[in-house]
Amino acid sequence: MKPRHFQILGHYLILCALAVVCVFPFWWTLVTALSSEGNIFAFPPTFWPRAPSLENFAEVFRAIPMLSFYKNSIFIALCTVFWKLALCSMAAYPLARMQFRGRRLVFGLILATLVLPSEVNFLVNFITVTKLSLVDTYTGVILPNVVTAVAILLLKQAFEEVPQDLIDAARVDGASEWTIFSKIMLPLIAPWLATVGILTAVEAWNEYIWPSIVMSKPDEFPLSVGVLYLRGTFGSSTRVIAAGTVLTILPTLAAFLFTQRFFMRGMDGAVK
Amino acid sequence: MKLSRRSLAAWLFLTPALILLAVFSFWPVGYGSYLAFTDYSLIRPTSWVGLDNFRYIFDNDMFVGGLKNSLLFLLMVPFVQIGALSLAVLVNNKLPGIRYFRAAFYVPVVTTVSVVGIMWGFMFHEQGALNYVMMSLQLVHAPIGWLSNDTLALFSIMFVTLWRGLGWYMVMYLAALQAVPADMQEAAILDGANRWQRFWKITVPMLRPTIMVCTILSVLAALKAYQEVDVLTQGGPMNSTFTALYYAYDQGLKHLKLPRALAASFIVSLFCVSIALLCLRYIRPKHR
Repeated sequence: MKPRHFQILGHYLILCALAVVCVFPFWWTLVTALSSEGNIFAFPPTFWPRAPSLENFAEVFRAIPMLSFYKNSIFIALCTVFWKLALCSMAAYPLARMQFRGRRLVFGLILATLVLPSEVNFLVNFITVTKLSLVDTYTGVILPNVVTAVAILLLKQAFEEVPQDLIDAARVDGASEWTIFSKIMLPLIAPWLATVGILTAVEAWNEYIWPSIVMSKPDEFPLSVGVLYLRGTFGSSTRVIAAGTVLTILPTLAAFLFTQRFFMRGMDGAVK
Repeated sequence: MKLSRRSLAAWLFLTPALILLAVFSFWPVGYGSYLAFTDYSLIRPTSWVGLDNFRYIFDNDMFVGGLKNSLLFLLMVPFVQIGALSLAVLVNNKLPGIRYFRAAFYVPVVTTVSVVGIMWGFMFHEQGALNYVMMSLQLVHAPIGWLSNDTLALFSIMFVTLWRGLGWYMVMYLAALQAVPADMQEAAILDGANRWQRFWKITVPMLRPTIMVCTILSVLAALKAYQEVDVLTQGGPMNSTFTALYYAYDQGLKHLKLPRALAASFIVSLFCVSIALLCLRYIRPKHR
């Protein structure tokens, strides 16, 4: 072998070692969920399922209304994606392509939301949602997540890449701003809409603190909240919890693996 | 002031988004800051109490300890940034199968935090996988209580945060690395620069803006950490893993002491805003 081959081999070895550290907790959870016998915390542990079966997964569906949880999560994710794409692209377009008074101020305000600890906004948002009578509604779950600075920044970047000639030509033809936006600009930034859409779907699927505050009826929980409900009902049955965990992350992992390229270029537009 | 037609159009486009931002992003900050100076509760009228809530939380060991822990979280920033940049350099090539490695490093980012808590609970268990590996390698002789030892627990949580964060920053750096023009690298190779020199003299200066932005985001994220605490230790053992925002979450949501919670988050905001302003002053001349 030539020195270059050794170098590549070494490179792969480092990559493999790091990948094992990243992925190991997932593997371990999967092994726990698939095994049907033996102590979970047996010493030494096994790294391969013992007497594999799907019994633990079946138990999850018997113990909690898993199908409703899936349905609720999908509904919340789809609505969040639709409204976020609609409202954030409408906000991003003038910021990217129009000159108007107050533009810098609006842009600064949007950037400011990145700095403040919005993580605990839910403390006051719950008061607001209560006053708007949106407790126990999916509207209440969705509304606060519809407009985010990151989405606006990404889409603004996308609009900035569209050649000015196209807009000028449309204006000469007498097209209204709305026509230019909806008929010309939106189709041109479709790949970016897809990126924001997929990132949003995964985020909405994964969110658990806010939905757990707004929704109080277990049947209406999304999956991320419902899986913790499982922990409540099954104090000790770790294998069933592990199976529920696998069922919870399966859709996001699948979405990620099939649309990896959207994630890989996802944020770079936002930082510029 | 008369609005031109195009200005009017711009504002119409912006209005729906701005209304939602105002209600769900700015109102919580403004009204929340006001409530931090009151004795708000759902059952009686609100009255102004001045700095009472702040006096209370600064006399409270859970909050003061939490604030110290939040500052301790800043130790993670260099590890996250250097780690993520190294990962990005490692996967910035066209070796066969490289996209699977990128995916492996990013998977923790797309995993919901409740699931992260359950999985790392398994890892950190006294008879869990981590202790087994450490003991097999003869690194330790007895199992370690990763989450039950009051000095170690915080560092265990920090490790999980690192594990969750690396992939996100890796993607940012990867995008920046791919924007470094190849002909610059080629010219440097012709001039006889080795890999190490090319990395420090070309790649790092080109990546400067990304490094700055990622570092700021990472500092803010470290100061605001609390979700991992909730799913791993809930502040224990002996309140040793409280962070400033976890205190806010705990008081506001579990004990319904909203004003105290908001006072705590007000303090975190002060830290975040001052750090952001400092950084912006430092970066700005580079951009203009």
